[in-house]
Parts: sequence; structure tokens; C-alpha cells
Amino acid sequence: MSNKLNPSSAPVYMSEADIQHAIIRMSYEIVENKRNLENIVIIGIKTRGEFLAQRFVKEIEKICQVKAPLGTLDITLYRDDFDNLGNLTIGETDLLFDVQGKRVILVDDVLYSGRTIRAALDQIIDFGRPAEIELAVLIDRGGRELPICANYIGQDVPIGENDYIQVQFKEVDGQDQVIGLKKGE
Amino acid sequence: MKFEKKNLLGIADLSKEEIITILDTAVPMKQIFTRSVKKVPALRGKTVLNLFYEPSTRTRTSFEIAAKRLSADVINISPSTSSIVKGESLVDTTKTVEALNTDIIVIRHKASGAPHFLSQRTDLPIINGGDGVHEHPTQALLDLYTIREKKETFEGLKIAIVGDILHSRVSRSNIIAMSKLGCEVRVVGPPTLLPKEIEKMGCQVYHKIDEGLDGVDIIYCLRIQLERQARKQFPSLEEYIRLYSVTKARAKYAKKDALVMHPGPMNRGVELSADVAYSEQSTITDQVTNGIAIRMAIFYLVLGGGRGVQEITD
Repeated sequence: MSNKLNPSSAPVYMSEADIQHAIIRMSYEIVENKRNLENIVIIGIKTRGEFLAQRFVKEIEKICQVKAPLGTLDITLYRDDFDNLGNLTIGETDLLFDVQGKRVILVDDVLYSGRTIRAALDQIIDFGRPAEIELAVLIDRGGRELPICANYIGQDVPIGENDYIQVQFKEVDGQDQVIGLKKGE
Repeated sequence: MKFEKKNLLGIADLSKEEIITILDTAVPMKQIFTRSVKKVPALRGKTVLNLFYEPSTRTRTSFEIAAKRLSADVINISPSTSSIVKGESLVDTTKTVEALNTDIIVIRHKASGAPHFLSQRTDLPIINGGDGVHEHPTQALLDLYTIREKKETFEGLKIAIVGDILHSRVSRSNIIAMSKLGCEVRVVGPPTLLPKEIEKMGCQVYHKIDEGLDGVDIIYCLRIQLERQARKQFPSLEEYIRLYSVTKARAKYAKKDALVMHPGPMNRGVELSADVAYSEQSTITDQVTNGIAIRMAIFYLVLGGGRGVQEITD
């Protein structure tokens, strides 16, 4: 289907309803896995991981009335490809709680090479020593370049090198959907 | 977000957008200071060379801390402890240093234009840490950052720069920077300490302190270089203090919430009195902290710039 936000009739991997169901399902998984949710904190990786993390906090609160503390990370200063980038705008990192001893659920929209997650792990550990870190992603598109995997996955979408997955969220893109694009679009 | 310069030689070379980009980049840099691990790996493996021909502890230390917080390595070369004292020329020193594979040079030199001279003879990025009486761009940038933190906007702010403008590269960089961002700049001092035709830089000239400070948002005090007194640029220190020292009473000519700024090091009781220097209005210590954030931002932008942005897909 073609519309203003999806101009070239690109494949839609997840609709708004699919995203909502995945988030609810993953929230139940987290609650089930983590039992009492003691010391749980949720950290979203900017930019879209932040919005996804906010939704997890809301859903988890609906399920078991516990409001997990929320933090956000900007990993720009921890990237491993500094020499190949132009200037990226560095956003603010807000970890208003101490990570020492906490069980962290790291959240991002798409898991691909794993380098963003590697950077996020280094950054969190520079803040303190968490008890554990788990990873929740909406999309796992394969193509790992580091030994990193997600604990909670919305949908597996194995696609090739020339394809690109774009997660759109209402907060910043005006609608919720996950679409596929060719690189360069 | 726009910064494509290879060097930082002066505020005169920067557009308003580039200045804002530097200020914006310094914001997350400053956040790093509040963490227990005050370091990020962004410039890991890069080497910064501080080539300080003029003595400086504060500026050099500030650049050094900034580099280290970004995980870069730092080498300090100063005249008394190097071959420069044996007469090695600036160009030869630079060629030697290039052979050491440093990534960036910060230079402070008593000759105006030394950084420009150097930048034409080496491929390494050059940061001007203060050249002669020409410019001290990182000082002006940290001053702007401090102003923005407190006042949020630049447009229409009235700023009075008081003191020895004639010998001050800090004042020149600030006049240029503040004018570029829409501030109204005044210089206040005795005629012997103001350059001829300084108004052509776009500022107003005052010789009377009460008129100069009237209704301003910011009082910027420059260090009186005491050695000038020997050259009779003012009759005596006491006379300078009597006519121009920013005391509590004189500070009242400015707006009630006016900031009092000083690039440091200050002569307490000379360019400003101690009670003003340590008052609520004073930003002197903030300027020092912000200097590190600004210098981190400059290292990050100069070393990362202009190579084309890749799509971030992982």
C-alpha cells in the first residue's frame, strides 16, 4: 500500500496492530521471565529505542502495576566507526538511576550487526556494574557482525545487505509501522 | 548540525551555524563530567599535541583534560623544555611533530597569525589556543556557551567588555563572536587601552564606566596586564582601579540579573572587586568548567568532520 509515509509501496512488515501486539506479548514475556521485577530498569537506545522503551514501561505497569525506572542512552560517543562518520549530532544520555546491581533491559528498535548494542553495553558499564543486561528488540533482521543476540524479539525479518528496515513510531514519524526499503531510498 | 572546517583558527572564520553547532555539541560533553567514569571512547587512539610557546597552565590543562575525557592521548611541548630554546623554527618543530604521527595540534604562540602560518604548511588540523593579540577562539566559544546557559538567547543582549582591550586577543574573539550572534557589544576603558577605530569591529566605545555599564546584561572584565603599567598606558594601578574597577556599586549600573564574566586569571581588586568576583552574578568558575566541554566539542568536531555521513543501520 502506498501513502505519504510509505511512498514507493515498500513491503510493510508490521502494521500498527502488529506492533502493539508484539509489545504486549514481549511485555508479558519480560514479566514472566523476571518474576518479581525487583531492581528492573529499562534503558532505551536513542532514537527510536527510547519510544519503544516507554511503551514497555507502560505495558508492564498495566500487567503487574510495577513502574520500572526508565533511562535513555545516546551511544554516539561509543561507536566504533568514528573515522568513517561525518559529525553525528550527539544526544543527551539520561540515566537518572544508579545501574549498580540493577537488572537492565536494554531496548532498541532494530538489531542488525550488533555494534550499536556493543556500544550500549560499554556505555552502561561505564556508569556502574549492573547485575545483568538483557536485550529487547522489535525487529531482528539478522546480519550479525558480533556475537550478540536478543532475549526478547518482536519479529524476525531476515533480509539482505541491500535492504533496509525502517521502524516508524507515532512520536516521531506520525504513524506506527515497520517497512522495508532498498538502501539509498 | 554543520561543521566542516579542518582547523579552528579564529571565530572570524566560523559561520553562525558552525558556532551554534559547537555550542550544541558541548552540551552532551558536559554531561560526561557528572558521571563517575568521566570518559568516553570517542577519540580513543588519537593523539593531541599541545604546542604552547607562551606559558599557560589553565588553557593547556583545559585542552589536556578535554582530550583525555575523549580517551585521546596528549603530548605537551613547551619552549623551555624543548629544542625551540635551541632556535628550532616553528615549521621545523611541526615537521618533527608530524613525523610522530599526532592527529591534531593545539598551538599558542606570541605571534599573531602563527596558527594560520602553520596550517598552510601541514595537513594536520590546527586549533588556535591563542595567537599574539589576534584571537583566542576557544575562549570566546566557552564564553558564549556560558552566556547561553544563563540567558538562553543571544539576540539583543548588551555586553560591556571592560579593561585592556588593546592587548587582548580574548576581547577580539569575543567582539566578533558576540556580534555574529546578534549581541550589542560595548568596549569600556581608557583611550590608551582601546585600539584605534575599534568601533569598526561593530562595537560601541565608552570611556566612562558608569555609562558603559548602564543597562547591560553582561559585564565582561579583562585582565589588566600589570606589566603595561610600566609602559605608562595608565598613570597608576590605583587610578585604573578608581576609574574602571568593577565594584559592587558599579555593577549596579547594569541590569539586576546581569552576569559578571572574566576569562581568568583575575587580579582580584583590580579589574573587579572580590565581592563581585564571588557574587551570585559571577560566572567565572562556570567558564572554567564550560571550557573543558567546549574543547571536547571542538576536538570531536574537528577530528570527525567532513567525511560524509553514512546511514546508521544497525
